[in-house]
Amino acid sequence: MKTLLDTKQLDITLQRLAHQLIENHTQFKDTVLIGIQPRGVWLSDRIAGLLKGITGQPAIPYGKLDITFYRDDVHQGNEMHVPSQTDIPFSIEDKNVVLVDDVLHTGRTIRSAMDALIDYGRPKSVELLVLIDRRFSRELPIQPDYVGQTVDTIITQKVKVYWKEKDQKDEVVLID
Amino acid sequence: MSLSVKHLLGIKELQTDDIQTIFRTADNFKQVLQRQIKKVPALRDTTVANIFFENSTRTRISFELAQKRLSADVVNFSASGSSVSKGETLIDTVNNILAMKVDMVVMRHSASGAPWFLANHIDASIINAGDGINEHPTQALLDAFSMREKLGDLKGKRIAIIGDIMHSRVALSNIYCLGKLGAEVMVAGPPTLIPKHIEGLGVKVEHDVKKALQWCEVANVLRIQLERQHKPLFSTLREYALYYGVNKQMLDSLQKEILIMHPGPINRGVEISSDVADSKQSIILDQVENGVAVRMAVIYLLSGKGELAE
Repeated sequence: MKTLLDTKQLDITLQRLAHQLIENHTQFKDTVLIGIQPRGVWLSDRIAGLLKGITGQPAIPYGKLDITFYRDDVHQGNEMHVPSQTDIPFSIEDKNVVLVDDVLHTGRTIRSAMDALIDYGRPKSVELLVLIDRRFSRELPIQPDYVGQTVDTIITQKVKVYWKEKDQKDEVVLID
Repeated sequence: MSLSVKHLLGIKELQTDDIQTIFRTADNFKQVLQRQIKKVPALRDTTVANIFFENSTRTRISFELAQKRLSADVVNFSASGSSVSKGETLIDTVNNILAMKVDMVVMRHSASGAPWFLANHIDASIINAGDGINEHPTQALLDAFSMREKLGDLKGKRIAIIGDIMHSRVALSNIYCLGKLGAEVMVAGPPTLIPKHIEGLGVKVEHDVKKALQWCEVANVLRIQLERQHKPLFSTLREYALYYGVNKQMLDSLQKEILIMHPGPINRGVEISSDVADSKQSIILDQVENGVAVRMAVIYLLSGKGELAE
């Protein structure tokens, strides 16, 4: 097991990601943040909180998207996936959407997320923010726009992200 | 997390966790149904046959819509106009349909137990859409889902089921379902329409409808099923309405507002008066709306269970 980001590094990385978003979306006038259920939401909660603190804007539209019914492996395992809540309390029509997920691996989740998103409206653009990018593991032509850390991994390894809200610590580790 | 069963034959065989999983999934589908694009691609690879040996409006349309909202392919079969009238057996009929690469069967049949019989003979998942006077599981699930939406957790809530308990599969499925969710259940109606020893299922029995209404928070009023009554069990419909029908005056005299439910089809002026069925307390159309989401959840969760047609 190897630590990819400890508490301090994770904090710095989150700060940087928030600032990069502000760089590209100055006023967040037409920008909305959407976290992918279930794990991306812990990250998007943090990013939304940081953006609020830095910009002083009270309400950057922020939603959560469940992609269960859009997966390409619905009937591949033995168990059916039970969905989490989708909560997008605004229109995404003509908005710049920033999708947020914790780990980018094969790209299949993001493919599902884009399909799901488009059933809610036609965004002006879609960007992708991830905390960890496992490059060289991609099975689809999908790349992130904002990356916390890029790591080279093999398929048998696992990246685990701990959040203090649920795991009592902030840490990202690579498990062999 | 998925269901502990391969088929949805009756509520009797479900675990409480199964019911909660169905509800959680249905919450999600209910939200999908409120979008402009009311469908998801989840079951693109699944074909479902709706096999109805008995008449139906709501259940059949609701199942078909649920399947279409999940992107499943649908074939509909009704006994009238089919080879059943030429003497084809149930198993032959279903096996012929399955031979055309169908993955899942939704069946309504007038014989109690028919879905269990079928489950012993075919590999596909079966959803019971009502069998004789036995069970109608998706109706009970959508009823409980609708109550939960209005009242929250059903534990300790008092639910009265009023009317023709004897011939109602809705009543039996509701009793099982509400029992598993921890609600208190009372059945009410004339003694001739309440099966003997029904107390054995853990329900209270009342013959005075007004007292039942006084006791409950939700009244689920059931239709008088004349087509299943082979001997006279009450004198006339008018007399039934007079003594056992739920009307506005009765509700007004309660000094509390209870929820009114009915699984349909309604015989207006018999078991329930029009002003009650159409009142603000009535959640009859919410039941119908929720039916699609609940059936989507059941079909989705069972879809991984059967052998998918190769």
